[in-house]
Amino acid sequence: MSENNLLSKNSAPHSDVEEIKIRSNYLRGSLTDTLKDPITGSIPEDDNRLMKHHGSYMQDDRDLRNERQKQKLEPAYQFMLRVRASGGVVTPEQWLMMDRIAHHYANGTIRLTTRQSFQLHGVLKWNLKNTIREVNEALLTTLAACGDVNRNVMCNPNPHQSEIHTEVYDWACHVSEHLDPKTTAYHEIWLDGEKVASSENDGEEQEPIYGRVYLPRKFKIGIAVPPSNDVDVYSQDLGFIAIVENGRLAGFNISVGGGMGMTHGDPKTYPQVSKVIGFCTPEQMIDVAEKTVTIQRDYGDRAVRKHARFKYTIDDRGIGWFTDELTLRLGWKLEEPRPFQFHDNGDRYGWVKGSNGKWHFTLFIQSGRVKDEEGYELMTGLREIAKEHTGDFRLTPNQNLIIANISPQKKKKIESLIEQYHLTDGAHYSSLRRNSMACVSLPTCGLAMAESERYLPSLLDKIEPMLEKAGLQEKDIVIRMTGCPNGCARPMLAELAFIGKAPGKYNMYLGGGFAGNRLNRLFKENIGEAEILDSLGPIIARYGTERETGEHFGDFVIRAGYVQEVRDGQEFHA
Amino acid sequence: MELQVTNSPFNQEQAEVLNRLLPTLTGVQASWLSGYLAALHSTAGTAIPVQANAGNAAVSEATGSREVTILFGSQTGNCSGLAKKISKKLMDQGAQVTVSSMSDFKPNSLKKVQNLLIIVSTHGEGEPPDNAISFFEFLHGKRAPQLEGMSFSVLALGDTSYEFFCQTGKDFDKRLEELGGKRLVPRMDCDVDFDEPAAEWMNSVLQALNEGNSAGNSGSQAAVISPSEGESDYSRTNPFQAEILENLNLNGRGSDRETRHVEISLEGSGLQYEPGDSLGIYPENHPNLVDDLIRAMDWNPDESITVNKHGDMLLLREALLKHYEISVLTKPLLLKAAEISSNPQLNELLEAGHEQELRGYIEERDLLDLVQDYSLKGIPAQSFADILRKLPARLYSIASSSKAFPDEVHVTVRSVRYDAYGRDRYGVCSVQLAERLQSGDSLPVYIQHNPNFKLPVNPDTPIIMIGPGTGVAPFRAFLGDREESGAEGKTWLFYGDQHFSTDFLYQTEWQRWLKDGVLSRMDVAFSRDTDKKVYVQHRMLEQSRELYEWLQEGACVYVCGDEKKMAHDVHATLAAILEQEGGLSPEAAAEYLLQMQQEKRYQRDVY
Repeated sequence: MSENNLLSKNSAPHSDVEEIKIRSNYLRGSLTDTLKDPITGSIPEDDNRLMKHHGSYMQDDRDLRNERQKQKLEPAYQFMLRVRASGGVVTPEQWLMMDRIAHHYANGTIRLTTRQSFQLHGVLKWNLKNTIREVNEALLTTLAACGDVNRNVMCNPNPHQSEIHTEVYDWACHVSEHLDPKTTAYHEIWLDGEKVASSENDGEEQEPIYGRVYLPRKFKIGIAVPPSNDVDVYSQDLGFIAIVENGRLAGFNISVGGGMGMTHGDPKTYPQVSKVIGFCTPEQMIDVAEKTVTIQRDYGDRAVRKHARFKYTIDDRGIGWFTDELTLRLGWKLEEPRPFQFHDNGDRYGWVKGSNGKWHFTLFIQSGRVKDEEGYELMTGLREIAKEHTGDFRLTPNQNLIIANISPQKKKKIESLIEQYHLTDGAHYSSLRRNSMACVSLPTCGLAMAESERYLPSLLDKIEPMLEKAGLQEKDIVIRMTGCPNGCARPMLAELAFIGKAPGKYNMYLGGGFAGNRLNRLFKENIGEAEILDSLGPIIARYGTERETGEHFGDFVIRAGYVQEVRDGQEFHA
Repeated sequence: MELQVTNSPFNQEQAEVLNRLLPTLTGVQASWLSGYLAALHSTAGTAIPVQANAGNAAVSEATGSREVTILFGSQTGNCSGLAKKISKKLMDQGAQVTVSSMSDFKPNSLKKVQNLLIIVSTHGEGEPPDNAISFFEFLHGKRAPQLEGMSFSVLALGDTSYEFFCQTGKDFDKRLEELGGKRLVPRMDCDVDFDEPAAEWMNSVLQALNEGNSAGNSGSQAAVISPSEGESDYSRTNPFQAEILENLNLNGRGSDRETRHVEISLEGSGLQYEPGDSLGIYPENHPNLVDDLIRAMDWNPDESITVNKHGDMLLLREALLKHYEISVLTKPLLLKAAEISSNPQLNELLEAGHEQELRGYIEERDLLDLVQDYSLKGIPAQSFADILRKLPARLYSIASSSKAFPDEVHVTVRSVRYDAYGRDRYGVCSVQLAERLQSGDSLPVYIQHNPNFKLPVNPDTPIIMIGPGTGVAPFRAFLGDREESGAEGKTWLFYGDQHFSTDFLYQTEWQRWLKDGVLSRMDVAFSRDTDKKVYVQHRMLEQSRELYEWLQEGACVYVCGDEKKMAHDVHATLAAILEQEGGLSPEAAAEYLLQMQQEKRYQRDVY
């Protein structure tokens, strides 16, 4: 490999982050020293950029920022640690480890993410090393959970078709492993691994896929198993859609160029849904993934980070260019895509019996936050279950949790624990709430412009009476909220969405596809709660009376003329 | 102008002498004389009667043959203030006076001293203050000379709420007698409100010295010392009502602790301070405690009571708020209470054989406990007030450099709150600052100079500062001063507290000073962040090699904060470093540190 993995085909100067990565000696930077600096709980910005590749961001408690400044204290710096597991599958032992370190090193809660990962918040700099070591001792990792690399590979947790899940999940793990960064920096910094003599010229040897500058931006892969599109395959940079024929996995349709993030007020940035370009067999999928990643590595924009995602690489050059380039690199052509159909992108709650005779219980977890509250000891309940459980846990792409593969012998015990701790499948909640998602946002996320996780539940409390009045409490409506337009909760694909603009102010979006197959459109800009409720009230009332049989909310708002359908991300702002 | 009987207060003879003298004076002589006369006048306080003047001259002549050596030892500067006061009086009378800190005094010259005055405070558990240690040890050691023919007297400062009240003064008094000295006047032991007894002792000393020379001559008007004399406009006895500019908690949310950073205006006071000095604050008692006490005793809060010998009156509630100490019990107080109440249980507690019990009772209890536990209800407010101590000022190491904050003074005060015997207890001043004083309010303050905690004169001398908790306060002043003056000497700060996240006092300021190079290096120990408790002395030991190198380069070491544990451990660690890195024996290391103390290269402000 030559310079082509160091420089983009774009001749503009590199962004500062590219320079930091180049200088970093494969993600080392000065982290070993700055982690030790006892005078500050922070690390310098350059190291923070590298830190993301190790699975952590520096944050601070924004609730305390002004107060602490007056107190002559630095911001309450802390680290978010993301622990990934392909397809969100972990063992009970791993769950217990997460529970333990959440209490010991973090803020005593676990956040299940929209990409089937765990997040811990509030880890202090001094505790990072021990925390990461314990994660690795439990055979999980934080490496590449963030940063300009392939992120956690998502996979439908599919409790119904057990054999298909096992097979698809295995492929998800293979793809993930294949695309893991190979630098030994992670072991050196966190696990006291032996230092490997570094050389500036052995890029291929150290990072055969990424090279020493890694990717221009994050890269996301998700694998869906129709009819469920729970992984929101259209939001992924690279999507695989399992094609099951005659009860066995025939292969995958491939979709490319999806992505959520945008910037308020910059119409050159937009969310995009991916396009299905062909089909490959399971055995071919790793090759397809690797070549797709290398195309983005070589052609992605390294000058402007806001324009560096794969979706822009493709949109700038056309999908035809991409398939040609892919064919060239693969040395073979993809087959024609095969037919498939998605019904929805949500989760199915409660008990399900798998085809292998084992049981699965899907638990509703509001905004993915696992914690103990007065009257609802979710975290304790799950800990007690993990002590008994012999199957696995699966994090769903909707931030819920499946207690999976419960043996018939253990079912009674688990059932009684579920009952004892009043763990809920959400049946007593409105369908809207069961189909809701919110990102973390304030107080920890540095990007947040408005509340999200802390606010959505109370907004739902106010919307639910409207639904009840319209007789819609059992109607599934996908609602999502984020505190900024980067799209962690994939709000641009929801039927009803709120994206934060300023404290207490949101942009309101309508018209996403129920199966995560269509982007929504801006309905009202920069509005507060009163206006949100005023705007939403009449729409819900009309949907209650005027909807056609089986018509989803997202489709109705388009038919009723509230918003115009968005067919492609490039017309999102039109 | 020719002086005549008609246009001047002089008689014929005086006028003639003056008329002969005045035209011959040079400008310098004339102004010297006018200053001399003016000073004579102001010292005397009143116009000097001619006859008394003559008598005074005789006294001066007599004491003039006398040499008096005044040695002081104190942590705060109170003793040095008193030493200066009496030396001025003695010099006015023509005595040859040597005033010196005990640490600066050459012990081998002790033999030549005729009259020795010792003014010394007691530290902690009956120990001498830092600058008295070497002299104390010399006097109690084998090399101490016989002192027959020497007259001495001791003024001891202390606090009756401590078990070993005035112990160091008592030790000196006893030892000087053992060595053959003759007591000029008996030792005077002073409680925290020391002004009046100290003045009384000084007057006795002056009188005794005079009597010893010219029998029958009593101390003239000019020689009488009043408790509040000889200080500038605003002082401990005449505090300045200072406005609070800022009062905030330095501990972040979630901390077990509260530390107030209080910025106070000194504008218009003329008060001056240097890094290392302290600010005295006169606090008020907690209103809840005052009201509970009044209720428990069934007193009338609006009753007028006399609060001092001058007959000043205050309403009872106000007197208990502002004038009397009610939050601390002392043995003398209990003795007096037993006397006026004749409560049998209280009397029993004070009998011989109950010392342990008494100590246990006094600790962490206040006046409300006393009156409730021993049913003292029925004693009239005035009788009770008469046995109380005056509410003493609290001293806080100043946390600001006046160069960086002209006309301001900052202090760092940790709020003291705890539960004892089923009731919440509050530090008098700290909780007043935390709960009842806001910016815009004012409080009575004064400056307490501390010559024993000063930056080295040479700005290039490296300094090592060890100040965990609020002990870091004076180092904020040190660094502020070094920054403003552009001093280039290296600086090293050791700091510690419980938690990094919430208890790192002045964190962003150290960070800035580190970045700017005003602070060369900083090591921190947060004891509750790790499984193993780490303190500043552990960090010092970790850096022993470099710390030793700094000492070899002549660095000055400053320690501020808790005395009992921290200062002791830090001292032991310094010794350990000298042994480990310098190969010194334990004795040599101890000697090295003592030497550093004498050279003022090792200074402590501990409490």
